Amino acid sequence: MSETQLHPLIAKYARKGAQRQPHCAGCGNGIIAQCMLRAIEELDLDFGKMVFVSGIGCSSWIPSPFFNTDVLHTIHGRPLAFATGVKLSNPDLRVVVFTGDGDGAAIGGNHLIHAARKNIEILAILINNRIYGMTGGQVAPTTPHGMKTRTTPYGNLEYPFDLCKLVEAAGASYVVRWTTFHVKQLVSSMKRGLLKEGFSFIEVMSQCPVQYGRFIGIRDPAKMLLMLRDSSLPISKAKSMSEEELEGRIVVGEFVDRERVGLTKAYKKLLNEVQA
Amino acid sequence: MKSVIKQEVLALNGDEAVAYAAKQSDVDIVAAYPITPQTIIVEKFSEYVANGEVETEFVCTESEHSAMTACLAAATTGARAFTATASAGLALMHEMLFVTSGCRAPVVMAVANRALSAPINIHGDHSDTMAERDSGWIQIYAENAQEVYDSVVQAFRIAENPEVLLPVMVCLDGFTLSHTLENVNVLPDTVVEKFVGTRQLPQVLTHEGKTASFKLDPENPMTVGSIALQNYYFEFKRQQEEAMRNALNVIKQVHDEYAQVSDRSYGDALVESYCVDDAEIAIICLGSTAGTVKTVVDKLRAEDVKAGLLRIRTFRPLPVKEIIKALGTVKALAVMDRAISFGGNGGPVYHEVRHVLYSADKHPYVVNYIYGLGGRDTSPEQIRKIYEDLQRILQTQHVKTPIQYVGLRE
Ligand SMILES: Cc1ncc(C[n+]2csc(CCOP(=O)(O)OP(=O)(O)O)c2C)c(N)n1
Ligand code: SF4
Ligand SMILES: [Mg+2]
Repeated sequence: MSETQLHPLIAKYARKGAQRQPHCAGCGNGIIAQCMLRAIEELDLDFGKMVFVSGIGCSSWIPSPFFNTDVLHTIHGRPLAFATGVKLSNPDLRVVVFTGDGDGAAIGGNHLIHAARKNIEILAILINNRIYGMTGGQVAPTTPHGMKTRTTPYGNLEYPFDLCKLVEAAGASYVVRWTTFHVKQLVSSMKRGLLKEGFSFIEVMSQCPVQYGRFIGIRDPAKMLLMLRDSSLPISKAKSMSEEELEGRIVVGEFVDRERVGLTKAYKKLLNEVQA
Repeated sequence: MKSVIKQEVLALNGDEAVAYAAKQSDVDIVAAYPITPQTIIVEKFSEYVANGEVETEFVCTESEHSAMTACLAAATTGARAFTATASAGLALMHEMLFVTSGCRAPVVMAVANRALSAPINIHGDHSDTMAERDSGWIQIYAENAQEVYDSVVQAFRIAENPEVLLPVMVCLDGFTLSHTLENVNVLPDTVVEKFVGTRQLPQVLTHEGKTASFKLDPENPMTVGSIALQNYYFEFKRQQEEAMRNALNVIKQVHDEYAQVSDRSYGDALVESYCVDDAEIAIICLGSTAGTVKTVVDKLRAEDVKAGLLRIRTFRPLPVKEIIKALGTVKALAVMDRAISFGGNGGPVYHEVRHVLYSADKHPYVVNYIYGLGGRDTSPEQIRKIYEDLQRILQTQHVKTPIQYVGLRE
C-alpha cells in the first residue's frame, strides 16, 4: 500500500517505517490501538505532548514502536512505575500506559493498586485476554476457574481477579470495563479517561485467537468477538443479579467516575503553599 | 568395575531435559513464572503433574520473586524444591537468591541463559547468570542437552549434601540448548530416584539446646533467617564461603558416582580439558560454545597446531587449582566471555582466569574475546581466527589488543 492510500489515522499518528502492528491476525490489540488513536483524534489532543508507556507482553506492543511520539517500552510488570516517574517529573505530559493482564495484574499487580491509591494522573489501559499471550498461553491471574492452559493442563484451580473492583477499591478516579466488541463505548471512555483528573483505568476484555483460542477450541476472531458481546452485561443490570447469575458474564460499563484530586495536582498545591 | 545401566534415548531439547531430570528427582515443590526461553521447562513439568507422573506440588506464582520465595520457604521445611527462569526473571529474583543461599536452602534452579534488557532481547548470553555470580549459588554451565539432564540430577545431590547445603544453578544457553532437539540418554526412574535419594538434613542445635534436624518443624521449633548484626553476620558469610570450598570436592564426588551409573562424565566435573595437555594455544569458555570450539580444535590438531580447549563447567565455586593445572603448557590463552562487565576491563570469566593465573608458576599471554551477546551467532571461522590471533601473539611475543569483540560492527 502506498503512503497516499493509508488510513488517515495511520498517516497522522504512525511512525514512518515502523512495523504497523506486530500482532497475530485477528488479535484484539489492533482494535484497541485504533480506538486509542480515534479518541486522540476526536479530542484533537497534542500527540507530541503524550507519552505512551508499556510493559512486556503482546499488548505492550500496541504503542511501540508504532505511535509516532514518545514511547517508553519498559520491563515486565513495571510500566506503571515508569509512568509514575514520567508524570511526576513532567506533569504537563499526558501519560498513557498499555499493559496486559499478566503485566498489570500478576507481576505488576502491586504497582496497579498503588497507582490507583495514589490517584496519579495516568490513563492505564489493561488488555485482559485472560492469559499470558506472548509467552505461549500460560495461566494468568485473570484466567477463568477451571480453564485449561499451558500450565494448567487439567484446569485452573484458582479464581480470577475482578480488576475493576480492585482498582475502584484502591481509589482510582475513573474505572471502566469494555470488550473489543464495544468499540464505540471504548473510544468514548478513552476520551473521558484522557481528560479525567486522577488515575483512570480501562480494562478491555480482548480476544487472543492464538493462545486463548487454542485452549477453548475457537480460533476464529469474529466468533470470539461475538462471544465477548454475548457474555457482556451492562453494570446497571448486573447490580441486581446474584453471584450465580453473573457466573461467566463480563460486567461492562462504568464502575466509578468520581472527582478526586490527582497526585501531581496535590503535589503542586503543596509546593506552592510551602514555598509561599 | 562399572555397572552401566541400560538407558533410553529420548529426543529432548535442553528445556525438556531439565523437566525430565526434575521429574525423576522426586521433587516436592516446583514454583515458577514463565519467561522465554525457560517456558518449556515449566510447561512440561506442569504436564507431568497433571498426568499424575509426579507427586510434586506445582505453583504458578505471580512473579519470579515469589517463585524463588516459595522454593526457599518450602526448602526450609525440609522439602526438595526446584524452579527455572531466565534473564529478567533471574534479575527479579536477585534479592531472594541471597536470602536462599544465606538460609542454606538447597534449592535447585535451571537458568536458560538470556540477555538482559534494555534493549529487549530474548536470545542467549550469560549476562543474567554472570550478574549473580556472587549470590552464593553454585553455578554449573552445561555444554549440551545431555549434560543439562545429567547436571540437574547431580545438582540435587550436591545442593543437599550437608557439607554444602547451598543452592545450585544449572545454566543452559538460551535457544542454543533450551530449544534444540538432541538425543538424550535418560536413566530409568528407579535409578535416578535411588541416586538422588531422600533429602539429608544436618543436625543442628536449637536455641533450646536440643539437637534437631535443620528444618522448620513444629516438634522442634527454630527460627530461620533471623537477625545477625555486627556480632555474627560475618561468621555466617564465612561459613557460606567454607561451604563453597567443600562443594569443590562434593561436585567431583557426585559426578564420579554418577559416571559409575551412567557411563558419562564431564572432565573432572569442574573443568573439562580438550586437547589441552600439550597445547600451546588454548581457549577457555563456558557452555554450548565449547561444542563449536571442539570442532575447530580437531581441525587444527589435524594441521599439527597445538590447540586446546578448557571448558569451565563449574564456575562457582571457581576451580582455581584445576584451571592452573590444566593450563600447564599453554603459552597464549584466549578467554571467551558471553557477558560484559561494563567498565571492568573485560568480561567476568577473563577477570577470574587472569586472577587465577596470577598465582601460577608460568604466566601465559591472556586475551579476552567478548562474543555472542544477545544471541549473536559465533561461527567456527571466528573461533579459528581467535586461534590464529593466539599464534600471532606467540610469534610476535606481543599482545596488540587484549580485549576484542567477536563479530561486532564497530
Ligand atoms: C521478569 C520477567 N518475567 C517474565 C517475563 C516473560 N514474559 C514476557 S510477557 C509475559 C506475560 C505476558 O502476558 P500479559 O501481560 O497478559 O500480556 P499478553 O501477551 O497476554 O498481552 C511474560 C511472563 C519477563 N519478560 N520478565
Ligand atoms: S498471541 Fe494472542 S495476544 Fe498475542 S498477538 Fe497473538 S493473538 Fe494477540
Ligand atoms: Mg494477557
